Amino acid sequence: MLEKALVGSRKYYGWVSILLLFMGVGFICYLLQLSEGLGITGMSRDVSWGLYIAQFTFLVGVAASAVMLVLPYYLHHYKTFGKITILGEFLAVSAVTMCLTFIIVDLGQPARAFNVLLYPTPNSILFWDMVVLNGYLFLNILVGWTVLSAEKKGLAPPSWVKPFIYISIPWAISIHTVTAFIYAGLPGRGFWLTAIMAPRFLSSAFASGPALLILFCLIIRRLTKFDPGREAIQTLAKIVTYAMLVSIFFVLMELFTAFYSKIPEHMHHFQYLFVGLHGHTTLVPWWWAFMIMAVVAAYLLVNPRTRSDERLLAVACAMVFISLWIEKGLGLVVTGFIPNPMDKVFEYSPTWPEVFITLGVWAMGFLILTVLYKIAISIKEEKGV
Amino acid sequence: MERSRRSFLKIAGISVLGVGAKPLSQALAAAQGSKTGPDPRALPGKRWAMVVDLKKPCPDNCRDCFEACHKTHNVPSMPNPKDEVKWIWNESFPHAFPGQEHDFLDEALKKHPVIVLCNHCDNPPCVRVCPTKATFKREDGIVMMDYHRCIGCRFCMAGCPFGARSLNWRDPRPFIKELNKEFPTRTRGVVEKCNFCEERLAKGQKPACVEACKEKVLFFGDLEDAGSEIRRLLKVRTAIRRKPQLGTMPQVYYLV
Ligand code: SF4
Ligand code: SF4
Repeated sequence: MLEKALVGSRKYYGWVSILLLFMGVGFICYLLQLSEGLGITGMSRDVSWGLYIAQFTFLVGVAASAVMLVLPYYLHHYKTFGKITILGEFLAVSAVTMCLTFIIVDLGQPARAFNVLLYPTPNSILFWDMVVLNGYLFLNILVGWTVLSAEKKGLAPPSWVKPFIYISIPWAISIHTVTAFIYAGLPGRGFWLTAIMAPRFLSSAFASGPALLILFCLIIRRLTKFDPGREAIQTLAKIVTYAMLVSIFFVLMELFTAFYSKIPEHMHHFQYLFVGLHGHTTLVPWWWAFMIMAVVAAYLLVNPRTRSDERLLAVACAMVFISLWIEKGLGLVVTGFIPNPMDKVFEYSPTWPEVFITLGVWAMGFLILTVLYKIAISIKEEKGV
Repeated sequence: MERSRRSFLKIAGISVLGVGAKPLSQALAAAQGSKTGPDPRALPGKRWAMVVDLKKPCPDNCRDCFEACHKTHNVPSMPNPKDEVKWIWNESFPHAFPGQEHDFLDEALKKHPVIVLCNHCDNPPCVRVCPTKATFKREDGIVMMDYHRCIGCRFCMAGCPFGARSLNWRDPRPFIKELNKEFPTRTRGVVEKCNFCEERLAKGQKPACVEACKEKVLFFGDLEDAGSEIRRLLKVRTAIRRKPQLGTMPQVYYLV
């Protein structure tokens, strides 16, 4: 089926070349990082995880969101999702690949990455994260590819694949839960030390992933002969709506706990986000952008009139995606380190090489996604579904 | 016996190849050491701990302990503060003990620099989170780093609630002021921190910082030895620890 990715229009080739260009620039910057060390990034002794780990954390959510299609379709036989479930699964494949790549580019000694497998350490959450992420990648490639091959031949998916589909449902929950545990179990990091970290992660995942998928569906309908169907898009929009509302609700819960208890270790981080701390305000504009976009998006989504208008829906979905990227990526990861354990503020901003490496990994993810979608859609076009 | 004779022959062979007399005698000494086990001079200790006296004056800008430590362990001084590596340093009281200060705190204590370093916690989160066991705890309580095992994921830095760890963001070697050939240097991309001078304890010496402190602010010893100096100090004086509420059980005690 891979050959389908090799033939395409000029636009397709143009897009692929742009992605390859970004990947190339990112790769050159990565070579620089390999020779100089992580010193070329903006990370420091105080903010020791930055843009890379932020992307990883956010993208785990995008990957987990495939379950929002798989579950209604396979568990509740919601037929409308039949046409697009594969899009969710392939989105998961590309998102997990990006996650794993971001972990690798973040390592100080990438050549030793296999130490995690050579000396398995079950008390470390990172060990389990490796296990669940790789397992999830495997499950989605297996299921997506098998179902699509069957579809190409005009057959029903083989029955042996069913158990894997069912396993993939709790597995999707597990990848984001385990990722939340990376943060939630650390003493002395008040911002992360919250029991709703995993639920918070899942709710924002189920908003941002399907929002991205809606945008893809709208683009695909424009560019190809394949129509994901209005009803499928509207159902996805409802999922985004509820998940977004829950997500905002959870953030409000965190605010209550921090500000009503008035415990400094919990409060200071939020102060840093809202108004800045000791005069340091780098993330303040970002945080307000998140809040405004989140509220506007929620309004557009809740109102049935605006939700059913596909153009406004697209705007809302873009805002959901961007706002949650700010919240999960920048807000959650970086702010956990600010203030530092000595209650001092050292800020973080990424360097250019760091930004280009990040863009390069995103480009790689989009390339994987483009190729997989190209294959899936060509087959669907052929079959006229 | 058999092994040491063979290694002797090997070393003798190398020396015939013209390696020279001094390395030979050193290598022989090393071979003997391995035959007899740990150095007989090694300080015996079941639970190492440090005591810092906050009541004794540290003369202004005295940096003897930091300099001794950083020199002994080849800790680089990075030009860019972002890339900083440090094992032992000063914080002010409110920063070393966030939440512990109040308006009426003894002025002397408020002004007193607080020497901070890895606490060699009894329940160390850095060990718990490390995915490769590059950070591990010894029987005698010292929390150690294996620089060859570390992948530089920095999970331990997120886990340590005392900011005691540093990553080598760049190759540290060009930034070592004065190389101590007795102690290894590190490569870029690995984490490091205070090791309670385990290499000195093994030779019967006290930690470098304790030895360098002329004002007798720092004390070191075995907590399980009821007769030790630090046990006596902890008995007669009141000691506080950093962030005890987190349950990491720090083993650096501050006398107030
Ligand atoms: S002070 Fe930090 S680095 Fe040292 S043992 Fe405790 S948690 Fe680990
Ligand atoms: S940076 Fe090294 S020592 Fe720290 S957790 Fe990772 S592997 Fe372990």
